[in-house]
Amino acid sequence: ITDVLTAVALYLAIQDFNKVVFKKQKLLIELDKYAPDVAELIRTPMEMHYIPLKVALFYLLNPYTVMSCVAKSTCAINNTVIAFFILATIKGSAFLSAVFLALATYQSLYPLTLFAPALLYLLQRQFIPVKLKSKSFWLYTMQYAALYLCSLVVIICLSFFLLSSWDFIPSVYGFILSVPDLTPNIGLFWYFFAEMFEHFSLFFVCVFQINVFFYTIPLAIKLKEHPVFFMFVQIAIISIFKSYPTVGDIALYMAFLPVWSHLYRFLRNIFILSCVLIVCSLLFPVLWHLWIYAGSANSNFYYAITLTFNIGQILLISDYFYAFLRREYYLTHGLHLTRQDGTEAMLVLK
Amino acid sequence: RGGAGEMLAAAALVLLLAAAPGRAGAGQARGDALREELLLSPLPTGDLAATFQFRTRWDADLQQRGAVSHYRLFPKALGRLVAALGVRELHLALTQGFWRTRAWGQPPLQAPAGAELWVWFQPTVTDVDKAWKELSNILSGIFCASLNFIDSTNTVTPTASFKPLGLANGTDHHLLRYAVLPREVVCTENLTPWKKLLPCGSKAGLAVLLKAERLFYSSYHSQAVHIRPICRDASCLAVSWELRQTLTVVFDTFSSGQGKKDWSLFKMFSRTLTDACPLASESKVYVDISPKNKEKELLEVTPPPPSVHEAIVQGDKRTYAVYDLLNPSLFNTSRSLNVQLKWKRPQDSSELLTPVLHAHRYVSGYGLQTGEISTLIYNTHPYRAFPVILLETVPWYLRLYVHTLTIITKGKENKPSYIHYQPAQDRQRPHLLEMLIQLPANSITKITIQFERALLKWTEYPPDPNHGFYVGSSVLSALVPSVMAMKDVDVEQSPLFTSLFPSSDGSSYFVRMYTEPLLVNLPTPDFSMPYNVICLTCTVVAVCYGSFYNLLTRTFHVEEPSRGGLAKRLANIIRKFRGVPPL
Repeated sequence: ITDVLTAVALYLAIQDFNKVVFKKQKLLIELDKYAPDVAELIRTPMEMHYIPLKVALFYLLNPYTVMSCVAKSTCAINNTVIAFFILATIKGSAFLSAVFLALATYQSLYPLTLFAPALLYLLQRQFIPVKLKSKSFWLYTMQYAALYLCSLVVIICLSFFLLSSWDFIPSVYGFILSVPDLTPNIGLFWYFFAEMFEHFSLFFVCVFQINVFFYTIPLAIKLKEHPVFFMFVQIAIISIFKSYPTVGDIALYMAFLPVWSHLYRFLRNIFILSCVLIVCSLLFPVLWHLWIYAGSANSNFYYAITLTFNIGQILLISDYFYAFLRREYYLTHGLHLTRQDGTEAMLVLK
Repeated sequence: RGGAGEMLAAAALVLLLAAAPGRAGAGQARGDALREELLLSPLPTGDLAATFQFRTRWDADLQQRGAVSHYRLFPKALGRLVAALGVRELHLALTQGFWRTRAWGQPPLQAPAGAELWVWFQPTVTDVDKAWKELSNILSGIFCASLNFIDSTNTVTPTASFKPLGLANGTDHHLLRYAVLPREVVCTENLTPWKKLLPCGSKAGLAVLLKAERLFYSSYHSQAVHIRPICRDASCLAVSWELRQTLTVVFDTFSSGQGKKDWSLFKMFSRTLTDACPLASESKVYVDISPKNKEKELLEVTPPPPSVHEAIVQGDKRTYAVYDLLNPSLFNTSRSLNVQLKWKRPQDSSELLTPVLHAHRYVSGYGLQTGEISTLIYNTHPYRAFPVILLETVPWYLRLYVHTLTIITKGKENKPSYIHYQPAQDRQRPHLLEMLIQLPANSITKITIQFERALLKWTEYPPDPNHGFYVGSSVLSALVPSVMAMKDVDVEQSPLFTSLFPSSDGSSYFVRMYTEPLLVNLPTPDFSMPYNVICLTCTVVAVCYGSFYNLLTRTFHVEEPSRGGLAKRLANIIRKFRGVPPL
């Protein structure tokens, strides 16, 4: 049921998002911001008609979603809350989006980082430019932050009254942050902390937790015009680097991939990466069985697949990011670039 | 002539001993008395169980500070311990091997494999956990055993299983602590300090038989120390302290006796008894000569016993041959006493009696992820049902799923009348499961619970990680109905082995049994890999950081044509030769 709810929420969200994208595109074309020969990069309603449906289908038919549904994991509930949060943000309702974000943060700490993209989107929707000196910017930010913090406080106090003690805070959030349980999962942390020297364990716990949170500010600066893409990248980073990742988290950000299907021509390594991801997903159960049941493999085998899978995910996200930035460059500078002497130019990052 | 001189000296010492309490009784009644006893019982399978008991009883109040400063028979180390830490009862047992109840019958006192320590503290103790930690460290120093590994991860507070065996005013179970270390081994270093606590050491009396090289060449070796307060007399107005040191050893006479079941003290202990401990008020050897199948002439004991004692022990009528070492006529013919037993006819091995209550525990399952602990409890009494309390302590890294707990008797579910379950906390405390189960007559009860294995940090594994982890024995306490009515025993008059547990009424006797310890494997990480793992994981994180840093801090530029480096120029020259357009 929660999976269906998530799919419905994503469908509605992307529909709305498409409308926003069109509006923005039209605005920019009218303002002549685009270069003259980028006609083939402009997105047309025709091609975008089926994207919401594709998003919903991507989520429901994803083998990862099916697996997490069969395992009866609470990840589905997490995904639903985040999907409703996205829907509320795109619809523009600050109150609802704050409430859902508070719910999502209450369950696992990491959606806190989604505060920034949501704020940027809402500011865009209210046509408030993001300038540090602008008063309306700060006013709106404070409003949204206050809504969010209040709902979070309300939920936490509710829990306190249900349990009549504050013990749940170290048990829930302390557990997420300090990673005491080392059951093997598809993430990077379990083996790392299983083999860590006692002396350094606190240091590395802090480093790894900061790693999740610290991409927010740079991404916010770079992607302030495109908050929905920012949200996608942030969700992906959370699901790769959180302390106990599951395949359900991966299913959530993979559901967004059809939204950026127009970036396909700019992706550099998509074939290799999809092969890596598929092969690693198939090898996970095999090597797990070999280690735990057959006894003929080591924990290192499973750990290696973990590493490869995570590298595949990371490169996938950075590939999409690269493609997105490249398309933006082409939109503003024209598709057929020429050098000073008229020959075809190459584009590099410098 | 030398023998007569020794006899005279022994008699003088005994007279002195008898006069000493009178002298010391002038101020406070500081009587202390030592009784020592050895019980030899042939077991149904042909092995021999020897149980030594040394009981020191001291009529003094150890709890009063400063009341006691002169220790005579009671060892000072233990006396100071009781006084300083507010201990009401202390039971420590170090065991190697397992008592096979089904084959050997019920033992007089059983202990689980490894080290077991359970202590009742006085109600005046405010911080019981601190006192417990100090106590286990001090005991580990006294007995040269690694009892300092007892910490909160293997200590539990049972609510129903371990009631005080001595005098008790109230039973608040928060004053009780129980811990078992199944991995402990017992060796000579543990025997030596134990022997030092005896008043005569190992120089006189029954303790001369305690030689390590023979004692550890056995199937079962258990040494224990029990301290408890008892009533000083029938009116119970004052408290005395009792220290019992017991040592049970089971010799396999077949393998050590070249295939014959005959045994003698010399064969088993490579020593014989020469005299009693001069400080002992009683020193006796009991040999169980109960006829097994109503035929009296099955076995022969030499030298012929001066007296015979009959008692009802554990619901059975037993006959004992008694050798009193303080009796001067015992050493008339020879200077040493070597009790020998010869079997006249090979015993029919098909009539092994099964004890009324016995249990078996095992772990099942395959793979390193899940498993199941099963306990089978057998009640072989033909028509009486009785309840049994089962206490299981499972370490935290075997995560029990209590919703999978099933208890099945004769094909039907058996609901326990009392369950106390305390779940584990990672790295803080173990699981505790206590249940009161009714066992119907002539039945087998199967208790199963499933668990999942955790992955530990690499420093938490013991030195040989693939050997596995031990799960301590579970404890079964029951009042077993006895066939014959038992009389109340007077502790001072009857043999020591009948007064170990206080008996409530004559129709049943108390039994505490332990199941086998379990050995469970956990999944292990690769121990040679810490540097590699750190480097590889940090590399993956760096890949992410690097790509994002590139994308975030750099912008796209049209590439400026450059002259090209040396390699490019060389490549262009080669291409010109090939006729291919240059780079």
